[in-house]
Amino acid sequence: MSITSQQTARASASRATGGPPRTGRGRVRRLTKRDRIVLSVMVGIPTLIQLVFVWLPTVMSIGLSFTRWNGLDLNDIKAAGTDNYQFIAQDYPPFWPAMQHNLLWLVFLALVATPLGLLLAVLLDQNIRGSKIYQSIFFAPVMLSLALVGIIWQLFYQRDNGLLNFLLGTAGTPQAVDWFGDSSVNIWAAMVAATWRHAGYVMLLYLAGLKGVDPSLREAASIDGANAFQTFFSVVFPALRPVNIVIVVITIIESLRAFDVVYVINRGTNGLELLSALVIQNLVGEGQVIGVGSALAVVLLFISLVPIVFYLSRTFGKENKA
Amino acid sequence: MSTTLQKTPTGAAARPGSKPKRHYGTHIFLSVMAVMWLIPLGWSLYTALRPVAATNEHGYFSFAGPFNFDNFIQAWNQGGFAKYFWNSVIITVPAVILTLLLASMMAFAVSRVSWKFNITLLIMFTAGNLLPPQVLAAPLFEMMKHFEVPYSVSDSGNMLNTYIAVIAVDTAFQIGFCTFVLSNYMKALSPDLTEAALVDGAGIWRQYWEIIMPLCRPAFAALGTLEVIFIYNDFFWPLLFIQSGDRLPITTAINNLQGQFFNDYNLLAAGAVITVIPTLIIYLVLQRQFVAGLTLGSSKG
Repeated sequence: MSITSQQTARASASRATGGPPRTGRGRVRRLTKRDRIVLSVMVGIPTLIQLVFVWLPTVMSIGLSFTRWNGLDLNDIKAAGTDNYQFIAQDYPPFWPAMQHNLLWLVFLALVATPLGLLLAVLLDQNIRGSKIYQSIFFAPVMLSLALVGIIWQLFYQRDNGLLNFLLGTAGTPQAVDWFGDSSVNIWAAMVAATWRHAGYVMLLYLAGLKGVDPSLREAASIDGANAFQTFFSVVFPALRPVNIVIVVITIIESLRAFDVVYVINRGTNGLELLSALVIQNLVGEGQVIGVGSALAVVLLFISLVPIVFYLSRTFGKENKA
Repeated sequence: MSTTLQKTPTGAAARPGSKPKRHYGTHIFLSVMAVMWLIPLGWSLYTALRPVAATNEHGYFSFAGPFNFDNFIQAWNQGGFAKYFWNSVIITVPAVILTLLLASMMAFAVSRVSWKFNITLLIMFTAGNLLPPQVLAAPLFEMMKHFEVPYSVSDSGNMLNTYIAVIAVDTAFQIGFCTFVLSNYMKALSPDLTEAALVDGAGIWRQYWEIIMPLCRPAFAALGTLEVIFIYNDFFWPLLFIQSGDRLPITTAINNLQGQFFNDYNLLAAGAVITVIPTLIIYLVLQRQFVAGLTLGSSKG
């Protein structure tokens, strides 16, 4: 849906800018002094808020990552070179597990949750009976906060009173698994909980995308004798390219942002280490090692910049040329 | 955009010649998935409806009654939900209004007035929204802590433990997304609308407030619904900025209830269900707006 809106937006934008330059320049010239003041306020306030609360802290994170500080007196900030980075890479045990878990989270969302969402969307797009009801059910978890998802699944996963162990027949026996407590399985349990939410989101976006696919494309493919699978993979899926890009970006960013679930379970320790949780542990825990926390934040920042830059160049690249 | 908001009858209209297929396999698969999807929520609701005495006697996995709302009442009274809900309202309402207002001003400026830095600003706003919040956590926390205000404004002597801190950061974080969506929406409106007003001598503010804003109502409805849910569901910023437990909004407070209701899973389940109710009501009443909002700006990370 957004894709079509972006295209129409782009079309009208290029109409405005691509026309004779008169329109663009003329409009600016016709602005009165008062209009200019109004406009600068309209742009200035949001930009200032954005700079102060988003971009200034981002730059400060980078700065603080090269210092040693306990967060108390501003005068105590001491330069530390790259010590913090050396520390997290060599002497900070949870760092590499966290990197692995973030990667695993991404792989799991990309190979399980996202394809599941796509499958649900394709099935529901077939104009079957009760499609709306199915959609509402699959979409419901998207309405919940990830923190609440963690709590709801905790009730499901508990060792002695959880539903899962009852269903497996292990409840009350020594074989009962503490799904969120056992460090060898809890990351998987948490990813399943995250999938519960992510798949519904992906389904929704693909359903909107599928509605925008030109029906004559499918018709042409079926006249050519393509079966349902061939039609989907060679005709429909490529036509969904703009949605696919959005989904790829969302999947990567969600895996970097995974925080609430693990924080609710055990604050991101004991098998659930994630970069985002480590940042917070260093910030609020005893000791308050701001420099180390910031170095972790910078690692997270630079990893996030990959999908962000990819997405922005896709979205705004064409507009710049137009 | 309006075209996409309409329901397009895909199957029947698109393929008039084809026979209506029966999708038994699909239905079986979807039903199984739907049941699996409902289990976690259903289990919470089921647990919440049973008194702890019943589950102690028969075990959690049993069908013995009685069923009543005692856990809800007890959780509500012991857990302080009334207070937490009110805290959520105090944070969510101003944050959503501010976000939409500021984003619409920004979107108007970048989409309706040609200007050199349009794209640069839009990129900056969109990128800001995609960053993981934890990247900014340390400096924002320290900024709030070292921003001293009189004790009459904040009992901590700085911006920590205040709603203003949470509202400001929530707003800053959400502006980017809303600006992106609204600017696309406004770009799609015909340039003639404001051209005509310009000829009539209408200033920028009148063009914005009296011409463009009313036309954006569908986008505001969708974004407003979405933002209420996003900010109500925000767990992280209150966790970072608010230290005294009685000031937390519900989404963050529920984490503390886990400790408070330790081992009384019936109460915890009731608490979880109570927390879900507002979002569920919004979902049922405003589902179309919510879905439209999400798909309008699928840039949301």
